[in-house]
Amino acid sequence: MLTVEGPHGLVISAVTRAAAQNGARVGARLTDARALEPGLVAVPADPAGDAALVERLARWAARWSPLVEIDGGDGLRLDVSGVGHLFGGEAALVADVRQRFAALGLTSRVAIAPTPGAAWALARFPSPRSASPSRPLPQGERDLAAALAPLPVAALRLSPQSVRTLERLGLKTIGALAGVPRRSLARRFREADNPLDALDRALGRKPEPLIATRCDPPPRSLLRMEEPATYPEVAAQALERLIPDLVGQLEQRHLGARRLALTGFRVDDSIAVASVTTSIPSREPKHLHRLLADHAAALDPGFGFDAFALEAEWTESLGGEQESLVEEPSGMRDVARLVDRLCVKLGPERVQRPVRRESHLPELASGWVSALEEDPSPCGKSGSLGDEPFSASSPACGRGGRPQRLLDMPEAIAVIYATPEGVPRRFVWRRGVHDLARVEGPERIAPEWWRAPSKARLRDYYRVEDSVGRRFWIYREGLIGDGRGGAPAWFLHGLFG
Amino acid sequence: MAKGLSLVAGGSGVARSRPAVERPTLRDLGEGWSLPRPVRPTLSELFASHSRDAGWVGFLTAQVDRARPILWVQERMAILEGGRIYPPGLGSRDLIHVEARDSRSTLWAMEEGLRCAALGAVIGELWGDPASLDFTATRRLAVAAERSGVPAWLVRLGGSANLSGARMRWRVASAPSLAHPFDPRAPGAPAWDAELFRARGVAPGRWSVSHDSHSFHLVAAAGDRALEQGERLSA
Repeated sequence: MLTVEGPHGLVISAVTRAAAQNGARVGARLTDARALEPGLVAVPADPAGDAALVERLARWAARWSPLVEIDGGDGLRLDVSGVGHLFGGEAALVADVRQRFAALGLTSRVAIAPTPGAAWALARFPSPRSASPSRPLPQGERDLAAALAPLPVAALRLSPQSVRTLERLGLKTIGALAGVPRRSLARRFREADNPLDALDRALGRKPEPLIATRCDPPPRSLLRMEEPATYPEVAAQALERLIPDLVGQLEQRHLGARRLALTGFRVDDSIAVASVTTSIPSREPKHLHRLLADHAAALDPGFGFDAFALEAEWTESLGGEQESLVEEPSGMRDVARLVDRLCVKLGPERVQRPVRRESHLPELASGWVSALEEDPSPCGKSGSLGDEPFSASSPACGRGGRPQRLLDMPEAIAVIYATPEGVPRRFVWRRGVHDLARVEGPERIAPEWWRAPSKARLRDYYRVEDSVGRRFWIYREGLIGDGRGGAPAWFLHGLFG
Repeated sequence: MAKGLSLVAGGSGVARSRPAVERPTLRDLGEGWSLPRPVRPTLSELFASHSRDAGWVGFLTAQVDRARPILWVQERMAILEGGRIYPPGLGSRDLIHVEARDSRSTLWAMEEGLRCAALGAVIGELWGDPASLDFTATRRLAVAAERSGVPAWLVRLGGSANLSGARMRWRVASAPSLAHPFDPRAPGAPAWDAELFRARGVAPGRWSVSHDSHSFHLVAAAGDRALEQGERLSA
């Protein structure tokens, strides 16, 4: 028996069959149930964990159909139109689903029907008459109506109020409801929760599309194994067979893959995923294979894979230019492929391109973005900061000269200067003493008051050169008596080349 | 390619010690002179005189083809010690930066980059003397660079010059900068002491060079009479 916190104490949210026989009901308070049967065992429910499990099961259920919808907190709806023959008929499909869930230790109620509403009703409200699994599947509308007729009206997914109203009217089953003239029902129920509507949907007179998580199924290639394979090379071998198939699909739809995922379905309910991202759309088998091969080889077979799916999760349109026999001269694609290979091996966060940002703080003015990002054009040719490129610190330039290297975090230095507000004479950085021969500055950079907290202090940057010619970029943070902290501190921020 | 650097003072045997007060002068050697460079793109090794001396950056970037993208690989330790490259200072438009976990992945990323002929240069920074950097590793880089025609620069910070397959090996230190045209107390154009201590097909030597955006110049070391008769930079 599972309980959740209610407004007046613990409320029962789910019961086992044994608990139900002892008087526990869903929605009752735990104290009431305990009064009837003190021996009830109550465990707190874990809705988040349940939702995660259902989501995992939904992904696992993609083995039967590409279109899986999570239905409420405890249901899955699969669109199996045209899928049945792959599993030896729809009855065999149902048996397969039931058997696999049973193998996981989960109780399942499975129904297959021409409409989602009817399938929902048949799965949740098994009529005593048709409980045997071997009962024929309803086919036509007449057949379907007959199958639904003995079910209670609650099987139409109506709100509790509507169900209560219908029951008060004496319409306890769907069959009884269907027998009432439509016009009188339509008069009685005007609001959205209309039993006529629900009935029409269940019988297929009105469409009820499944809200699939993915409306346009991405290119996907599936490989089913004869029997579970546990040897480690299996994923790499499967990849070799899947890629040509997927590339064929991509070609047909004029798409290029940006992200590929190889999913291994294990015999227990788990899956293993290897995915790679590319910086430009590609459908070249050799390149894709090279990117995925290492990841595929690292997939852990566990108790054995019995199916593989290779899916282009993210695609972009790609014309036919890649089929040209002559190698593209620009080399853009070569660089993009290099980025792909680097990202796959080192991680996308380690391969970066510079990007200009709208800020005058040096550490913010130039940021880094992953080289896989959408726009490969570097450092803002069309930035809002005008078309001024990163100016090479032209050697003799005074203001605006920027160092070639910047420390990730400015490091505190000890500075000796002639006068408190004057230019520095000598500083100690990492225990090395640097006597300054030449100093240029200050270049004052004020904090960005619209972004930084009001305590942020301004910085006076100096370009300094020590006696042997090393050039540094140091700054003093704050002024004496600016009311934003104690004595100004000095930092070393960059090195000039 | 080396047209971006200008030599500041001449030839081998420039006196190392000089008073800091005197500023070197500039001598433009014109079109005829250029820094020694390999006949075709290959691997060059560059030793920074000190791990916290970033002077080599200017010396190196002046010799790099900026029209094409550059792959710049930095080992994590090199970033901690010498800072991360800062694009506004480099002025390079198209740059791919790789932060490598260790020397092994640095070398791997460099070699991977050298297979891509569309790059303008591959620059890799290594810290210290890693075990993975042996003769075979450098030789692999040299062969890869020659095959694809992409110049490769292996920068060694705080390392010692051990056995290497690099075709040219430089040691670069910052030198006192040139006189600033308007402000005598401010640092001027950067200058470097560059020593080519091992090269194939080129005589080793030592130069003091400076760079403006057009050419390398020789800088006259202080007290070098022959050079001081050359053109003096008007202040």
